[in-house]
Amino acid sequence: MTGYIHSFQSLGAADGPGIRFVVFMQGCNLRCGCCHNPDTWECGVGKEYTPKEVFETVKRYKTYFGKDGGITVSGGEPLLQAEFVTELFRLCRDDGINTCLDTSGSIINDSVHLLLNECDRVLLDIKYTDEESYKQYVGCSLLKPMEFLKLLQEKNIPTWLRQVTIPTLSDDEENIKRLSDIAKSHSCVEKVELLPFRKICKSKYDNMGIEFPFEKYDVPSKDTMKYLNEILAASRR
Amino acid sequence: MKHPNWNGFVEGTWQNEINVRDFIQKNYKPYDGDDSFLSGATERTNALMKKLQNLFTLERQYGGVLDIDTATVSSLTAYSPGYLDKDNELIVGLQTNRPLKRGVCPFGGMRMAKQACEAYGYELSRKIQDEFKYRTTHNDGVFRAYTDEMRAARKCHVITGLPDAYGRGRIIGDYRRIALYGVDKLIEEKKKDKTALQDMAFDTANIRLDEELFQQISFLGKLKEMAAMYGFDISEPAKNAREAIQWTYFGYLAAIKEQNGAAMSLGRVSTFFDIYFERDIANGILTEEGAQELMDDFVMKLRMARHLRTPEYNELFGGDPMWITEAVGGMGEDGRTLVTKSSFRVLNTLYTLGSSPEPNLTVLWSTSLPEGFKKFCAKVSKDTDSIQYENDDVMRPDFGDDYAIACCVSAMKVGKQMQFFGARCNLAKLLLIAINGGYDTTSGMHIGPQMPVMDVEKLDYDEVLSRFDIYNAWLMKLYVNTMNVIHYMHDKYCYEKTQMALHDTSVERLMAFGIAGLSVVADSFSAIKYANVKPIKNDEGFIVDFETTGDFPKYGNDDDRVDLIAKDMTHRVITELRKTKTYRDAIHTLSVLTITSNVMYGKNTGATPDGRKASAPFAPGANPMHGREENGALASLNSVAKLSYDDCRDGISNTFSITPEALGKNDDERVTNLVAILDGYFAKMAHHINVNVLNRETLMDAYENPEKYPNLTIRVSGYAVNFNKLSREQQREVISRTFHEAI
Repeated sequence: MTGYIHSFQSLGAADGPGIRFVVFMQGCNLRCGCCHNPDTWECGVGKEYTPKEVFETVKRYKTYFGKDGGITVSGGEPLLQAEFVTELFRLCRDDGINTCLDTSGSIINDSVHLLLNECDRVLLDIKYTDEESYKQYVGCSLLKPMEFLKLLQEKNIPTWLRQVTIPTLSDDEENIKRLSDIAKSHSCVEKVELLPFRKICKSKYDNMGIEFPFEKYDVPSKDTMKYLNEILAASRR
Repeated sequence: MKHPNWNGFVEGTWQNEINVRDFIQKNYKPYDGDDSFLSGATERTNALMKKLQNLFTLERQYGGVLDIDTATVSSLTAYSPGYLDKDNELIVGLQTNRPLKRGVCPFGGMRMAKQACEAYGYELSRKIQDEFKYRTTHNDGVFRAYTDEMRAARKCHVITGLPDAYGRGRIIGDYRRIALYGVDKLIEEKKKDKTALQDMAFDTANIRLDEELFQQISFLGKLKEMAAMYGFDISEPAKNAREAIQWTYFGYLAAIKEQNGAAMSLGRVSTFFDIYFERDIANGILTEEGAQELMDDFVMKLRMARHLRTPEYNELFGGDPMWITEAVGGMGEDGRTLVTKSSFRVLNTLYTLGSSPEPNLTVLWSTSLPEGFKKFCAKVSKDTDSIQYENDDVMRPDFGDDYAIACCVSAMKVGKQMQFFGARCNLAKLLLIAINGGYDTTSGMHIGPQMPVMDVEKLDYDEVLSRFDIYNAWLMKLYVNTMNVIHYMHDKYCYEKTQMALHDTSVERLMAFGIAGLSVVADSFSAIKYANVKPIKNDEGFIVDFETTGDFPKYGNDDDRVDLIAKDMTHRVITELRKTKTYRDAIHTLSVLTITSNVMYGKNTGATPDGRKASAPFAPGANPMHGREENGALASLNSVAKLSYDDCRDGISNTFSITPEALGKNDDERVTNLVAILDGYFAKMAHHINVNVLNRETLMDAYENPEKYPNLTIRVSGYAVNFNKLSREQQREVISRTFHEAI
């Protein structure tokens, strides 16, 4: 068995707790307007690796993981290659390496069930909190990630909800409160993270000769992020 | 032996022999807590520091040199006492009679002293110039003995930065001995050593040693005189913390008055001081605030140390450094940590006095260090970019638990080992000379064994490697012999009398060689092995460029295919070096360190097979080349960690810059993550890392608007500099380096 991989980042400090070795899987089923990795969209391309090969690479970073760190598989959408990731996580766990999955939660099938059994933690994107935006800017229903979250709840997998804060689309208090309500109603949720929308990925779109759909949006100011995080913290209490 | 000033100390063999380590081991109190006990700066400290800041500003406005005493040859007692603020200083002593005024030390080389004065609009007094007509300097001696080939190697820059026109430095006197024993006891011991010589065969070695001991004893006397000028009698042991610091500082001060050495490092004093702090605090005569104040005042003095150097020197070693390196922390051989409250206090000066490149605070990291100390170090790094880390777990087996660091990465047992400093050779240039059969295209000089230029369409790995071996053997032999000349002459004409008096008489010597351009050579060999490298000749038939097609593994991506080439290169170099006998039977050591000279080395090196353009800077130290790291920061660290300390006993320097965002989302995360990175890197037996946590934009802004960042400190290769003191070219190179960013 092999998986298609876009790239590795040996020092990830933003995708899960501690120092993470991040594996970016190639291929995605969604086309989010804010995506900062358009080069991971296409399926069936990229470099092929066996789970063992990736595991051997990850192992070289074990000394850095400390008590919190480990591997994070992101993408792209890792759920598209669930069997591969399952095997990779199994190898990691056997070796005492903490496993973390970063996903949109938009696919649920038998393979995904098996994969979740190997996850120590899941970072779940809740891209918007209203059905209309979800349909418009993601291309699927909000029900998908909600159903995924329900599954995480059933399996009692520690979960971080994550949302990209985009001015005018998701920087309103109502959205933050809805996000907080979602978190409150699922005890598996340990943490909610707001990620400021950024545009440094523009060059990737340019290189690919395609339009960056969200170029027209501003990036949120530090003050906005601070304000929203305060609201979030208050409503989570 | 007993002394009233030792009351309260635990007894040990240290009382019967000069043995500072035994004193520390018997008396120090390990501290495994956090930083919450620390005090801030007092009003007195703030006022004094403000005064000093104004002087620093003035110095900057004067083009980097505030004043020079051109009429005096610097020595221990040559100047009347100088003060920053006599009534308010707790620790006293300046190099000359005024703060930041520089002295002239012509014994290393007259030309250097003269040119340095001229560069800043001064003229060295006629009197000194005339006197030195009848004296031989170290520089004179070296050039009397240099062979044509040594001169040629120097001229074409295949060996550069040699201490043949300036003081060699890199010697650490055990300044603590003065505080613990008082000077009289040290003189007595040296006299015994001198007397003991009379039963030995009077051969060259012993006659030389006999004369050296005479000089050491004489300068210990001058050291007492110097202290007396400031109103202190340092014949006896220090009786409290303030005296312990003052006595120790007098030792260091005497060393920098006597020697304008390249690196004048301090040693390992903080835990030693801690014993005195603890005793005074226990006796109720000192508070935490008072202890910090003493440490602050001491560090302020160190920040005022200056040497007079030429602009050419600054091109190699930018930022006006003294390398007042203080080794902090580490573990003891018995498993107890050597971290004390004073390890925290010395780092705390970066808050109480603000960030600063000097002293060069160097944390001896061990994965076994107490968590509280690890976190405090990471916090200080994140906030100030002013400290570096070296792997105690790698050095302790060789150097024990009372070693210190000279300059950037050179370990030595304090008072028991000294080093013959040897700058570095340019490995990338050597590769090009080898390919061209003994011709250097940049200088147009024929040098080394003469062979045909490699005449192939595509460079073959084995052929190039065997060529390289021939030239490596040639250069390393020449390098050792050149160093032998230099250090013979330095001992003869510019002997470090004060510093060597603070060493055991039977000192062990290390001879430190170095290489620059390691990553360029590793990637070049990788390109030759894994891609197609076609040499391009000029009209005269010399190879001046390369056409490299296809991909090849690059150093810095945790890829053994190329990382092991880099490792193998260091092994080839040290193996060849060891084949030639050294002066005074010094032990050959090797460093992978460039300081800021990677810019100058690059400038003097043609295009290389890895695709690096002619004249482009090398990466600093053991760093991978900028922009070639594809798998993030840890992959880069893993590559460097593969270099072997067994081959590179003089240190392997790595400079690591990361943006705050890439290190974590908030301060707590950044601290925890930096600790994890340091633990992870050093667990792989890596040797050294400089840590900068900052954004490239900050540096770019500082490049354009220096006045906005008067105190911006950054770590470069093995030391820290004030960004504003680098040349424009060095600044651009620092900005172009890899910054590990958030993804």
